[in-house]
Order: sequence, then structure tokens, then C-alpha cells
Amino acid sequence: MNNLAYKLDAETFRGAYTFHNSPAAIRRFPFPFDQDHYMYSVNIEPHKPGAQGSVYEHPFDIDEHYADECVDKWATLDQDRGRYAALPHMMDAQWDFLELTMESLARDYPAQFKLSKHGERWTWNNLVLGIEDSFVFGDASTLPMEPFEYMGRQVQGDFVLLDQREGTLFADAGFITSQADWSLAFDVGMSWHEWHGPVPQVEKMGIMDRALKFLMSLQQGSPVRRLNWTMTINPRLDTSPEHYPEWGPDRLKVDAGNAGEKAHLRVELQSLFRLPRSNAILFSIRCYLMSLEEMATYPRWVKRFHRVIRDLHPDLLEYKGIKVYHEPVVAWLSQHDDGEALPPGTQPE
Amino acid sequence: MSSLKVIVSEIDEAAEGIRRFTLIAADGGELPGFSGGSHVVVSMPAGPRTYRNAYSLLSPPSDRRNYQIAVRLQENSRGGSRFMHEQVKIGTALDISWPVNLFAISRVGRKHILVAGGIGITPFMSQVHDLLRNGADFELHYAFRSPRHAGFVGELQGLLGGRLVCYDQSQGLMLDTAILLARQPLGTHVYVCGPGGMVEAVRNTASRLGWPEAHVHHEEFLAPPVGEPFAIRLRQSARVVEVGAEESMLEAMEAAGVDVPYLCRGGACGRCELEVLATDGVIEHHDHYLSEDERRSGGKIMPCVSRAKCSFIELNL
Repeated sequence: MNNLAYKLDAETFRGAYTFHNSPAAIRRFPFPFDQDHYMYSVNIEPHKPGAQGSVYEHPFDIDEHYADECVDKWATLDQDRGRYAALPHMMDAQWDFLELTMESLARDYPAQFKLSKHGERWTWNNLVLGIEDSFVFGDASTLPMEPFEYMGRQVQGDFVLLDQREGTLFADAGFITSQADWSLAFDVGMSWHEWHGPVPQVEKMGIMDRALKFLMSLQQGSPVRRLNWTMTINPRLDTSPEHYPEWGPDRLKVDAGNAGEKAHLRVELQSLFRLPRSNAILFSIRCYLMSLEEMATYPRWVKRFHRVIRDLHPDLLEYKGIKVYHEPVVAWLSQHDDGEALPPGTQPE
Repeated sequence: MSSLKVIVSEIDEAAEGIRRFTLIAADGGELPGFSGGSHVVVSMPAGPRTYRNAYSLLSPPSDRRNYQIAVRLQENSRGGSRFMHEQVKIGTALDISWPVNLFAISRVGRKHILVAGGIGITPFMSQVHDLLRNGADFELHYAFRSPRHAGFVGELQGLLGGRLVCYDQSQGLMLDTAILLARQPLGTHVYVCGPGGMVEAVRNTASRLGWPEAHVHHEEFLAPPVGEPFAIRLRQSARVVEVGAEESMLEAMEAAGVDVPYLCRGGACGRCELEVLATDGVIEHHDHYLSEDERRSGGKIMPCVSRAKCSFIELNL
């Protein structure tokens, strides 16, 4: 449970941006580049338990940022209630989500989370955040709020619940406070092809059709995952379009001197679970941030990242919003790259 | 593919030729929850061959102590239903898949009309529990040859009261789909499971009455038909697999140790779709999944139920 050894100082994902990773957190960072060149791929694999201490050890990874990330989540939700939405027919899926997260956390982090059941009477105890509630499973009136919001507030990451009907998937509920520039209020209720509409190249539609077909036959008990990545200036979770004025201008303040501290690699561990009662799919998006300075503690990573970013296709630089600070970031990274040939693989030294 | 280990804890006759099996987890724990309309694929090791058939779950989805399935002895059984009726006893250990739902109730529907014919009642057995729990507006219309052939009528009457309408054909009672569908309000969904003719009748009637396609749901698992032997050439792995007259392409590949994904094994879900590169004969499509255009192009096949009249068919596998 080393990854839950909390830092004593509270860290922030806004204002003074005091967020930082411990050496242990850097070491377990899900670095996504196994070669010097990045190619877009579907890269879906079974979400099976991974190595002990890795971010893949448990279905839901809880780490040293847990408490502060939850506090940031609540602040974002308080400012903008539209970050949580659930259409009325998603109530079974909400209970599925509560059950899956409570059972996982209580099983995987027994010192931090406890769940006891007496028939339908459940008691949940979150020792980290000091939350204890007794409720009747299936009766939303016995919880202080809807079940999806209740547990969405207590698990790191963003969550979307997808209803499967009419041969497609509908994003009919979401709890989104750390998104990479997309809007729940805009996308809720949309079908698969509607919310992927902005993806530019037409040939990608073939990929979207295949991915949809794959997800439609996703099976209970066989969750899947993939990594996605982008960059974020300052360790900010809430890079939403709604709050663009609060974070957008920072993207213009990056120079070769401060890039190591300001520019962060943002990796999303995306996982998908078929839910039992509702037959809905849970899409979980768990965000990991690491500054370039932190990355540089592992020369293999920073050298590789330099090459990936330096040679990234202009369309992808644009799509990921990196273009405006590409030059200073590459300048900073190049100081750390001696051109040494690197073995394939994502592991640090 | 992950599976669940279960033990048969009870067997009873639900109707003439229909046996109900109660399955409990081999480790004595709870089984995974599921949604109404789900099925499991049961693996049946019958000597050198393993049959895998999909059976709907009958038990209430909220009850995780056991699962129940019903198996009708097929007159021309290739072995699956005969195995279940003749070989399986109380205490028999079986491997089953996790529950899969290809016949889910639409959660945005205003009203739901469930139409069952004979053994087609099985997916509705679990659906009615979900519909009752969610306070949905629904009716179950159940047609059968005679009371002898009709399973679960008493249970359903107790559960549903006036929401259940039975059509006993031996008493001359016939379900008229045109009358049933014509009187439904806008926003109604219809679900049908039963013999091919009944499914066709409901789909055609709904189409004629202008129902949106998305409001018409059906589930029909097909058994793989028999045919003539032929060979599968696997391009990527450079192997040849012989398909016998009485086995499906999927079964033949599995027996040869080729890993092919599948879900329903009944031509409904599309999971096992494979790319056809060449054949010296004609493909016999038996699935409900591929569109007319896809069939005509000859580039795809569902190996769980379809086969070819040929000496060889080459697949991109």
C-alpha cells in the first residue's frame, strides 16, 4: 500500500499548483511510449490485474494524490453542477457503478475503505475522507445523493455510463471534472457517432465503427483498457472548455526555461467495464500528470519523450493542443537527449 | 475467454421435453449479477467433442445464489440438448460463460410488449423481474401448442396476474400479431422470441404498421445446420482445418486449437465474424447478422452457424 502513503502537505491542482509526484509515484507512472515514434493505434488490451504496485494492480487505482484529487473534484463540481449528469433511465447503471467501485476499493485497499452488507443494508466507510453512510442498496432515497455522484466523488478519475440500445452506445450519464477539453453538458445523451463527430479525418470512421462493434460485445468479467495521452500546462485536472479562460492563457507562458516545471505529460488510463444489472458500460478515465522535470529523473523516458514530441505529426500537435508551446518544450527536452539508442519498451531504468 | 465453474444442484421437468437446470457456483459463493434477457454459453464435453450452446437465464437477476436454464430436447439434436438431457445429473460440474445480454429491454421505451412462442419464453423469465422492479408498463403474450408443452405458466401467472396473456393452440387460441400491435400507443417496443415464423410475423407486422426498426427486438439462436465436409485454409497461420458434416466451422477450428472469438454461437451477435479471402464454392449464410450487401460481397462469414458448399474456403486468420 506504499502508493497510498499520503504526503503531509495538501497539494493543489489550481491556484499555486503545488501538485507534485513522489519518487515512488514517478516510478509507477504509466509512461505510454514504447518506441521513439508515436503512432495512433487502438491499443486495447484486457484490464487484467498487473504487477504489484503498478497502476494496473487493481481495477481502480488509488494513489498518493487520492484525497487532494477528490477535494479538487468537489471544487470543480461546486462551481459547475453541469459536470455531473445522469438521465433518469440510468438508475440501474448508477447502482452498478456504486457496487463495482465499493466492492473493488474495499477488497483492494482494506485499510482505507470498508464495506459491510447485511442483506440490502450496506454500510460504507471511507477512512481517508472520513465518510460513513448506511443505506439500502437499490433505494436512492437512503443516500445523501444519487449513487453515481456519491461514489464518483470518492474515486479518482472521470466516469461515463454508456447505455447500449439501437445498435449503438449513448453517453447517458457522466461525472466529468478532469477532462482534456471536452464538455459533458454538450455530449450527454449523444450516441457513439455523434460524440466522435468532431474527429477530423473521414478514414477514422472505419476505426470508430470497429471500436463500437468491439465495445458492443464487451463482456462482464472481461474489462479492457487503453492508454491515451496529451500534454497539459501546469498540473491542472480541470482543463474543460467551460473554464478555458482559467487555463488557456497559461499555454502561452511556456518558455525553454520554465518548460520543465510547467509542461506535464498527461496520461489517461481508460478502462471499460460491462455492468451487470443495467447491461451498460462504464467508461473510466483515470488521469496521471508528470512534469518534464519529474520525467527527467529517468533519462530513458525523457530522451524518448523528446523524440516523440519532436517528430509528432503536425495534425496531432494541433489536435492535442501542443502546437503553441511545441518549440520551447522541444528546446527544454533536447538538453536531456544525447541521442543514445534506446531499447524498445516503456519501463524506466 | 473467462468462464464460470458451476455445479448442477437441481433438475426438474418444466414441460414435456423441457428440463430446467439449477446451477450454483462451484466455489459455493455468489454468481455474477446480470440483466434481464441475458444468456450463458454452456460447454458440454461430449466425448472427444465439446458442444457449446447458448441458454437464456430464467432466474431473477437479483438472486445471485443460483442460475437457472431450460433446455428443450431437440428432435434432431446434434448432441448439445441430448447431452444436457441424458448425461447431466445433479452434481455434474459444467463450465459456463459469464452472462451476455443480446436481448435487453430498451430503457427508454414507454411500453413493452413481450411475445413468446414455446421455449422462446426463456429470455422473458428474467426480463419480467427487471420490468416489475422498474415499474415498467408491459404485457407478456405467451403462445404454446398445449398446456403439456408450456413451461412456467403457473409461476408467471403468480408473478404477472393480468399482464400475462396465454394462447393455448390446442384450444384454438391463436395470437394475432396484427391486432396486438395495431392497438399499441406510440413509443411501444415489441420483443419476440420463438419459432422463425412467429419472429417473421411480428417483424413484418411491425414494419407494415410503420414501427421504427429500433422498437422491434428479436432473439433467435440458431443451431448450426449440417452440410457436407470441406476444408478451411487459414492464410495467416498457414494451416488447414477439416470441417465435418455435422460440426460447425467454429467447432472445427476450436477442436484444432484455433482461437476464434465468439459470444452467442447462434448467428445473432456478430462477434465471430471472419474475413473470407477465397473459396471454390458458395458460402451458405445462416446467420441473422450480416446485411444483404455483405452476403452478396462474399467477403465475410459467421463461422458459428454458416458454412460453405465447396472443397475449400480460405480465411484471413
